[in-house]
Amino acid sequence: MLMLSSLLAGLVFGLGLTVSGMANPAKVLGFLDIAGPWDPSLALVMAGAIAVGFFAFLLAKKRRLSLLGAEMKLPAAGRIDRRLVAGSLLFGAGWGLAGFCPGPGLVALGMGEPKAAVFVLAMLAGMAIFELLERQRP
Amino acid sequence: MTLDWNAFTPWPALAGGLLIGLAAAMFVLLNGRIAGISGILGGLLKPVRGDVGWRAAFVAGLIAAPWAYAAFSALPRVQVDAGYGMLVAAGLLVGIGTRYGAGCTSGHGVCGLSRLSPRSLVATVIFMSAGFAVVFLARHLFRF
Repeated sequence: MLMLSSLLAGLVFGLGLTVSGMANPAKVLGFLDIAGPWDPSLALVMAGAIAVGFFAFLLAKKRRLSLLGAEMKLPAAGRIDRRLVAGSLLFGAGWGLAGFCPGPGLVALGMGEPKAAVFVLAMLAGMAIFELLERQRP
Repeated sequence: MTLDWNAFTPWPALAGGLLIGLAAAMFVLLNGRIAGISGILGGLLKPVRGDVGWRAAFVAGLIAAPWAYAAFSALPRVQVDAGYGMLVAAGLLVGIGTRYGAGCTSGHGVCGLSRLSPRSLVATVIFMSAGFAVVFLARHLFRF
């Protein structure tokens, strides 16, 4: 059941990215280019998503188990540390270089876009490098 | 700042955003988890027993979404201007950065801001600012 709901959530998420135009890097870069002719669409995507998400998380915070009986795994209030800041800087820089973040990369891969496949493979390599570096930590 | 009225698509953006919010809502209320795509994907590279199936299922749903969309309507055009070298650099930065920063546009941006998490707000402001800065450098200063 949890597998099915997971598949469904991924599917709806991907449909949202497709409908909103966010699977298209040119559109994302149109938002990130505030000095050029600016396309504010991405801000509305975020606003729409948060408008629904806000109420969902309000409900979720009151529960110990999910509707399917799974343990609620909400992140504890973490620290704002160097890892968060440096990681987000690197991510944002990569996002600005090509206009892809992880979700849209995977959706564009599903569309059969060869350049998305290159991005996703490099992203997986980056994530693997992170795992290797983590293993070296004392 | 000038608005690009030809590119701006308010209704599809809002509709797609509501769907993304619905997906995040389903995932937290049914599975009890944050719909953070970099975390879901990254967890597959350090597989833990009993923790692989749902991750793979979510990723499969994302990849299959355009096929479901195409059953009802023509897929929107996707335009990738970056060359292959740039895509490799971008992918490496996104992969390493999202794992160190513990989240991307979905985990910090959508879910974190929905939860009013200060940590996610800081992350979102930082990655958006970095995105703005890199696009400014690439398009207006150095033209790479």
